[in-house]
Amino acid sequence: MSSWPRDWRELPMAGIINIAGSSLDYKTGTWRARKPVLYPDKCIKCQICWLFCPDMAINRLEDDSVEINYEYCKGCGICAEECPTKAIEMVEEVG
Amino acid sequence: MSVTDTERMKRVGLNGDEAVAYAAKHANVDVVAAYPITPQTIMVEKISEFVYNGELDAEFIAVESEHSALSAAVGASLAGARVFTATASQGLALMYEILYIASAMRTPIVMALGNRAFSAPINIHCSHDDAYAVRDTGWLQFFAENVQEAYDLVLMAFKISESPEVLTPSIVNLDGFILTHCIEPLYIWNERYIQEFLPDRKPVEAIDYRNPKTYGPLALMDYYMLIKRQQYEVVRRARATIDRVFDEYSRWSGRRYRAIKTYMMDDAEYAFVVLGSTAGTMRSMVDKWRGMGRKVGLVSLTLYRPFPEDDLRRILSGVEAIGVMDRSHTYGGPGAQLYQEIASTLYSLDEHPRLLNIIYGLGGKDFGPEDAEAAYKYLMRPDVREVWLGVEG
Repeated sequence: MSSWPRDWRELPMAGIINIAGSSLDYKTGTWRARKPVLYPDKCIKCQICWLFCPDMAINRLEDDSVEINYEYCKGCGICAEECPTKAIEMVEEVG
Repeated sequence: MSVTDTERMKRVGLNGDEAVAYAAKHANVDVVAAYPITPQTIMVEKISEFVYNGELDAEFIAVESEHSALSAAVGASLAGARVFTATASQGLALMYEILYIASAMRTPIVMALGNRAFSAPINIHCSHDDAYAVRDTGWLQFFAENVQEAYDLVLMAFKISESPEVLTPSIVNLDGFILTHCIEPLYIWNERYIQEFLPDRKPVEAIDYRNPKTYGPLALMDYYMLIKRQQYEVVRRARATIDRVFDEYSRWSGRRYRAIKTYMMDDAEYAFVVLGSTAGTMRSMVDKWRGMGRKVGLVSLTLYRPFPEDDLRRILSGVEAIGVMDRSHTYGGPGAQLYQEIASTLYSLDEHPRLLNIIYGLGGKDFGPEDAEAAYKYLMRPDVREVWLGVEG
């Protein structure tokens, strides 16, 4: 996106983005006010958090455990709300 | 070529809605998404009949509302189809949200608008409220004076809208009932010859699943204003393409099309400016007034968007007084819509003609020679700035 022109004459027509998957460049993690913290010792690998995350910001690993992708997590808190063992806690974003 | 060339065209009697349906058929449209509404209903009925009978190889999408009609039209147009839709008044109001999206996503859809007054009170007859209400949506707009023009303008609108330098949708306005339901003689083309003027659409940036793109992306403070500037320039510059296509069609058909029609304006001291079918009534009145030695002329706009302001400034400078005729009004504003635009257009002149705003014919209220005569009398009175014709006092 940063390579897009600043002159309206050179913009792609109607702002059409010709590069598929460019949304990956949009790091929405900066929107977050609170962030989810995962306590692996409480996690039972049920993957409900992965299922519910609306931004696909929870990665499922080889051994069925999960990790949070902070580059895209917007901090909505759904994962913490849904976790049956309270293995995810929302804490204030610092700095 | 000659207009009597029966090999290439034939003379028929059709009402405005039927003529528009034939124009869509002759444009060989790929997709029609429309919802029936008076006074446009016959267009939709006729086109669905063409499709059902196998006379037109098109996808007719029977949608559940006008909002869906235009949404389907946008998708089909992005996929590269030649798309037609039609509506009126309340239906156009329901399309409103999508109108901006259609133009900004540069989909060259052509819409016929059977001009009808907005409710309430409920009314199915002609006002220009609907056309004016969408003047800022980025669509090109044309006004037909008669059934022949409605047919011709739909064909021309496809060519203009689909031009790669334009890629902007068009609305062809025709007065509800006065044109949509009035049977007039007109020439329609022998379909075999249409390709000469209007070949199949050559889409630009069409949807291609092998080469995915994002259409209508989010653009905030960084790009929104740049993209709007781009679209603004496209509509402003569309005038060159419109003039070129009008010239080409005029040569091809033998019927002359220009952005503005002027009548007896060369030495006119008084002028009326008008849109739509009333131009015919006014032209016959100008003949009558000229016979009485009154120096009156008429200006009628075939092109409404982009607004032909430079031409109007040239044509109207030096006239003493102008009656701007609006088949609409605005609540609490400085004059009705066309009046405001003519006033803005003339402001940069050193000497301003006196302006009278004539509000007439709302909801199909009849406008006849005696009403034109009354309008003329008001135009002679410098103390009158606005008149509701037939409902004064």
